Amino acid sequence: MTGQPQTLLDRLWSQHVVKRLSAAEDLIHVDRFFLHDLSGTIAIPDLRKRGLSMVSPELNFAVTDHAVSTAVGRENHVDAKSRKYVFEMRDLMRDAGLRHFDIGDADQGIVHVIGPELGLTLPGTTFLCTDSHTCTHGALGALAWGVGQTDALHILATQTIVQGKPRSMRIRLDGKLPPAVFAKDVILAVIGRFGAGAGTGYAVEFAGPAVHAMLIEERLTLCNMAVELGSKTGIIAPDDVTIEYLHKRPYAPADSLWDDAVVAWRDLRTDDEANFDRDLTMDLSTLRPQVTWGTSVDQVQPIDGRVPDPDAIAETKTRTAMTDALRYMDLQPNQSLDGLPVQHVFIGSCTNGRISDLKIAADIVRGRKVAAGVRAWVVPGSSSVKRLAEREGLDRVFKDAGFEWRESGCSMCSAVNGDVVARGERSISTTNRNFVGRQGPGSRTHLASPAVAAASALTGFITDPRKLNS
Amino acid sequence: MTRKFTTVTGVAAPLMLDDVNTDLIIPIEHCVSTPRAQFGKVAFEAIRYRSDGTDNPDFILNQASYRGTPILMVGANFGCGSSREPAVWALDQMGIRTIIARSFGDIFYANCLRNGLLPIALPHAPYDTLAALASGEEPVTLTIDLERCTIVAPGDTKIPFDIDTSRRQALLEGLDQLSQTLLSLTDIATFQKQDRLNRPWVWQTVPERPRSLATPSADKQDR
Repeated sequence: MTGQPQTLLDRLWSQHVVKRLSAAEDLIHVDRFFLHDLSGTIAIPDLRKRGLSMVSPELNFAVTDHAVSTAVGRENHVDAKSRKYVFEMRDLMRDAGLRHFDIGDADQGIVHVIGPELGLTLPGTTFLCTDSHTCTHGALGALAWGVGQTDALHILATQTIVQGKPRSMRIRLDGKLPPAVFAKDVILAVIGRFGAGAGTGYAVEFAGPAVHAMLIEERLTLCNMAVELGSKTGIIAPDDVTIEYLHKRPYAPADSLWDDAVVAWRDLRTDDEANFDRDLTMDLSTLRPQVTWGTSVDQVQPIDGRVPDPDAIAETKTRTAMTDALRYMDLQPNQSLDGLPVQHVFIGSCTNGRISDLKIAADIVRGRKVAAGVRAWVVPGSSSVKRLAEREGLDRVFKDAGFEWRESGCSMCSAVNGDVVARGERSISTTNRNFVGRQGPGSRTHLASPAVAAASALTGFITDPRKLNS
Repeated sequence: MTRKFTTVTGVAAPLMLDDVNTDLIIPIEHCVSTPRAQFGKVAFEAIRYRSDGTDNPDFILNQASYRGTPILMVGANFGCGSSREPAVWALDQMGIRTIIARSFGDIFYANCLRNGLLPIALPHAPYDTLAALASGEEPVTLTIDLERCTIVAPGDTKIPFDIDTSRRQALLEGLDQLSQTLLSLTDIATFQKQDRLNRPWVWQTVPERPRSLATPSADKQDR
């Protein structure tokens, strides 16, 4: 090694600088760009209107995931609202010549599930998409973040983005996770501890033994919610687990190209002597399952905790925010979360819609029944996850218990596809945002792990999976 | 070309909330079902209107002194959450030209610049001074001077703010970033040519293998 010690972020960034534009901004190469049905139907017409063409169409992809129903048989029942996002999207992507993971395609799924699973997400690449949860892909050592519509056009036309390098933050996670506590609980607790704005302006590297002990699907859950910490992205240095995960994935390099890639990926790490603008640590050995109580992701408590009392908060802004959140959520100060009745249980999304998530939930559900009055859904994160689960009989486990087993898509996480929670009703959900109206106007969302969601489906109220009789 | 931003004068409307997310600025159903030209009317819907559709008098921009002002004063982490650019389009249509915050969601910040809106993030001390002024009984008129990177408050109080030089120039001249970058296509081609040699695997985007029923190493993902 020569020169200054470098962080993983330094290495990823410098490999993509096409040109320095100013002290704060660089022209950064985009190695992978994904459009989805909401953005693709605008971006491709935008490109045409400007009379421009793509610089590198082979680096751009498209998927139908956000606005499409997850009802079984959806191919034959596209409603008026989704027509644009199914048919127009299909035509536009075909004419543009983009590889489009359309509904009915064996590889269709939520962009943040299929990128890693297909090996399209690779360590050391820049992976961008018109979706804030693009930070998910950082779990494989990619530099990944979400962009808006204007930048989508810019990327298609130039394969670059104008971007300022974020400041660097490391969150080091130590200790061994207790039983029934998962990556979802870790990231919720991290956000609860440091705050929903703690990462604003930063790229967060998740490091430490607890991170490298995680399997890739757990790391994906962790990085998925980096944006809920306010950070542009979450990244994890690739290790043996990463390389083993990617080996022989459909789009991963093969043969000698694979060997060369692995050599390069081994260099993607933070030097021991490197400094971060902010360096945080957290020990996980006593972590408990987490559940959000409010309308910001940092409004979270251990499941056996109580809703806080705004009157105990001196600072006006925080107290007001808490009071507003409690009113919206129809909760009282000091109320316990455990035992709160729910009408909806949602298991899925780019946070927790992968096979390991479904297995965790199925192990809890097996041989039991969903409580009366509860609408419980499992929405696999991709068509591939769905097939794998069906091969292992997980669909039967869920269906026998009274869950709905649906097609893959964003479903009740984007809630722009007919899959919504009714006004005033309460949902426990494995998704990533508990914002006002997020799962439908007036919906009340509690975020939790698949284990908590599954346990709650069986009882009809928020339930600690550790307390269910096995 | 986007609109030029030079100076803007108006009262600072204090919407003193932290962590205002883009879902609150414009819910997703409006992004897909409401015509783009109407986004301004539905901005902040949940806190701006009462359930019968009438104006909520508690919402700052519904109050006579603040209605239609181009300057919004907000808390920390404004515009966090979803990357939806309609959030910026909606604020723009409401007449907002500049937003003064303790900090911004990163994607929202970028989206503001792309649309000719000026997002100003202030450090603690000047932020607190300005927030106290803006939250007082009387509306406070500010002038945002991008040429001088200064916020001018009553009593000739001048608060400097930081913005990167190239971003400032782009706003001042109303430059469209894409037109600028298109001038660099040769640099991009040079980078790509070298990158194909350095990292050939990045450029291999046709599947190497037929997909299988189950992705091969998913089974190893058992916990």
